[in-house]
Amino acid sequence: MKSSRKPPVFIHNLNVKVHKIFKKPLTGDYAFKLLAATFASIIFLILGLMIYELIKGSQLSLQRFGIEFLIGTKWDPAISQVFGVLPLILGTLVTSAIALLIGVPISLCIGLALSEYAPKRFGFAISFLVELLAAVPSVIYGLWGIFTLIPFLRNNVYAYLQGILGFIPLFSGPIYGGGVLTGGIILAIMIIPTVSAVSRDVFSAVPNTQREAMISLGATKWETAKNVISYARSGVIGAIILGLGRAVGETMAITMVIGNKFQLLPSSLFDAWYTMSAIIANEFTEATYGLYVSALIEVGLVLFFVALIINVLARLVVWRSLKLVRGIARE
Amino acid sequence: MFSPYKFEIESLNAWFGSKHVLKNINMKIKEKAVTAVIGPSGCGKTTFIRCLNRMHEIVPGAKVSGRVLFNGMDIYNEDVDPVQIRRKMGMVFQKPNPFPMMSIYDNAAAGLKLNGIRDKEKLDSVVERSLKLAILWDEVKDDLNKSGASLSGGQQQRLCIARALAVEPEVMLMDEPCSALDPIATAKIETLIRMLAEDYTVVIVTHNMQQAARVSDFTAFLYLGELIEFGSTKEIFENPRSELTEKYITGEFG
Repeated sequence: MKSSRKPPVFIHNLNVKVHKIFKKPLTGDYAFKLLAATFASIIFLILGLMIYELIKGSQLSLQRFGIEFLIGTKWDPAISQVFGVLPLILGTLVTSAIALLIGVPISLCIGLALSEYAPKRFGFAISFLVELLAAVPSVIYGLWGIFTLIPFLRNNVYAYLQGILGFIPLFSGPIYGGGVLTGGIILAIMIIPTVSAVSRDVFSAVPNTQREAMISLGATKWETAKNVISYARSGVIGAIILGLGRAVGETMAITMVIGNKFQLLPSSLFDAWYTMSAIIANEFTEATYGLYVSALIEVGLVLFFVALIINVLARLVVWRSLKLVRGIARE
Repeated sequence: MFSPYKFEIESLNAWFGSKHVLKNINMKIKEKAVTAVIGPSGCGKTTFIRCLNRMHEIVPGAKVSGRVLFNGMDIYNEDVDPVQIRRKMGMVFQKPNPFPMMSIYDNAAAGLKLNGIRDKEKLDSVVERSLKLAILWDEVKDDLNKSGASLSGGQQQRLCIARALAVEPEVMLMDEPCSALDPIATAKIETLIRMLAEDYTVVIVTHNMQQAARVSDFTAFLYLGELIEFGSTKEIFENPRSELTEKYITGEFG
């Protein structure tokens, strides 16, 4: 006898179970796993197809302009048939940045109010309404922008703003009503539901022990809330990115209020500009020849990659800050 | 007016909604001593300790009546700002709850920063002093920039104690500080509690009777929201007056 010790019984049993999984693949369990995996992998297929189609559709333009397309500042389909999208990229990024600048602080306040301050029933009602806002179609926001927001801003806000800050070039120049700032504001309004709903959820997920730790140290309500934000910061970043994603890809509403003027830089925040999604929506029906269509599809491709880069960066930030919290979250 | 008592609790009642969790508690807690609060689950001992620094009322629907005199002053008086009261008392919770997004250093300095102290030298010295007091300094002095969450459970709890001590409180309130810890970490915290009693008034809630016997000078036994017996720990454990206390201590229920 080599050893008097028997293997422990539970290990033996485990072996049997593992064995079974591999020997009998066609159980209901396995079939379901296969089904779920199939549908999950369709995501890759859809994404792959999308990139493939975008690249295929933009072949003409890709071959004609190469990198010039990205850094070009001229969009002339009528005469010289030259296409460059730098102004559109800038327009998209700047209006989205304005949207974040205005929308994120408001959204975080809404999220905090709902998770930290509001009585339960009241908070529930507000949450419901906020989420309802996210369901409003963007063309409605656009119409509201044209008929309500633009006249309101032009008559009541922009003149004052110019009166106070007019010495800064950004706030000088003629006021049309529509334009860069109006576009940013309407995007801000559109991202508020998403960002505030997600930030409410991440704030609510902060363990109460963290709040109690702050309160017991003699923190005021606001100091406690700051700590909640800090604890939830990876989630907050996630919420902001979701908002940014919506702002970057938003088409109808921004098209209706930004003025749609192709220029490298607007003369002021009140001037008109253009975004990637807006030019696709506006000009696709007018694109009369192959290169024009192809250039518009390439705009879509660029938009796709801008969104991709934003999301990857965001993921990296979220992962990094999650690592810190993980030690505690393990409990 | 000099009084040897840190807390004088007079007909204290507490509720959660309509649930009456503390019933007419009268008790005097002595300065620079360890007072343990024991009793079976749900007897109100956690609520009791949370009434001492006005943490009970932060839960929606929670109510308190009666008086809690702290240094002879009623902390439930209308003019009293609960934030100021809490700054005079440190609290340690059942589960270690360091701030995971802060470094060890910043955890220990958190209370001071809330008080508006920004002076680097002052912060350095207080962080070192409180980490030493919490017997954690030697283990973390080279890793002060690491996250508070990177420590083991026992170390996290000592970090929480250091965090509470940093603001030089007069009282340490400990709500089952060892319930989530292993025996070795528990022993370290118990040693620490005995050391703290030389300078601080310590009130500790514990589920563990042996722990109460080991660390405390006075013991209060709560049962179903009522204070059944209160006296020196020696008396309570060796010669309890109440039959209920005796039954609980001998392990007949609880």
